[in-house]
Amino acid sequence: MIERYNRHIILPEIGEEGQRRLSEAKVLLVGVGGLGSAVSLYLTAAGIGRLGLIDDDVVSESNLQRQVLYTEAEIGLPKVECAAKRLHALNRYVHIDVYPMRLTEENAADLMARYDIVADGSDNFETRHLISKVSSKLGKPYVYGAIREFDGQVSVFNLPGGKKYQDLFPEEETHSMPRPPKGVFGVLPGMVGCAEATEVIKLITHCGESLSGKLWTIDLLTMQSHTLLV
Amino acid sequence: MNIKVNNKEMIVPEGSSLSQLSQTLNLPEKGVAIAVNNQMIPRQNWLDKKLAENDQIVVIKAACGG
Repeated sequence: MIERYNRHIILPEIGEEGQRRLSEAKVLLVGVGGLGSAVSLYLTAAGIGRLGLIDDDVVSESNLQRQVLYTEAEIGLPKVECAAKRLHALNRYVHIDVYPMRLTEENAADLMARYDIVADGSDNFETRHLISKVSSKLGKPYVYGAIREFDGQVSVFNLPGGKKYQDLFPEEETHSMPRPPKGVFGVLPGMVGCAEATEVIKLITHCGESLSGKLWTIDLLTMQSHTLLV
Repeated sequence: MNIKVNNKEMIVPEGSSLSQLSQTLNLPEKGVAIAVNNQMIPRQNWLDKKLAENDQIVVIKAACGG
């Protein structure tokens, strides 16, 4: 085990203590699409203790351009099942919980209560507002990520002294705006999902400075990036 | 006066407010957030927020893809 995580353990910011914290941490990932592919692969590789995957979708051909968890042979199969198989092959020590369902008003509090941190792999505003509402009530950090065409953004919500998702995009605003375009540059969810996994691992290992109270943005057309105070 | 919007130079009238800039840029009424000099400004403060020479403006679109 020490050998497996050697390149983390030899980082003074992580060390054996950080790796122990990772092995005890429980993260709930809402959605295993493009963002969720990157988040789940890196958290599993890092040796997170328990990873919950919620998604009611099946793999489709148009997913394969960016959802790197899945293969052509898996088209039509439930995403959470395929993801669990792939992640188990990567790291059998990580406990993967699968929830082949949508996150709803009814199940959200029960599911989130089982985990320490909620990570965002969802694909609509409504789910994000639901995650935000329930996770803030439960006092669980919400590692937020979202993508649109070539633009990505990441933040950490609900930490003491920090912000909430609705501070950034109020519900009344996202409910009534036109739906954003569906096009997405294939690499984008990988980059943004990796930034989310970074924030999750930093929170767990207590290393560095989190994006709490800040919004990180990237535009892949120009590679311009900002870290803005929310 | 000179300002920068998403790193592009722009000239706006002296004393312009953030809400005037949002009109000039034809920003939609919903689904965008704006930061001035790295600080996000809530929409309800756009009217009162006066811009200054060399201000750095970042316009962020609400995103919901995953």
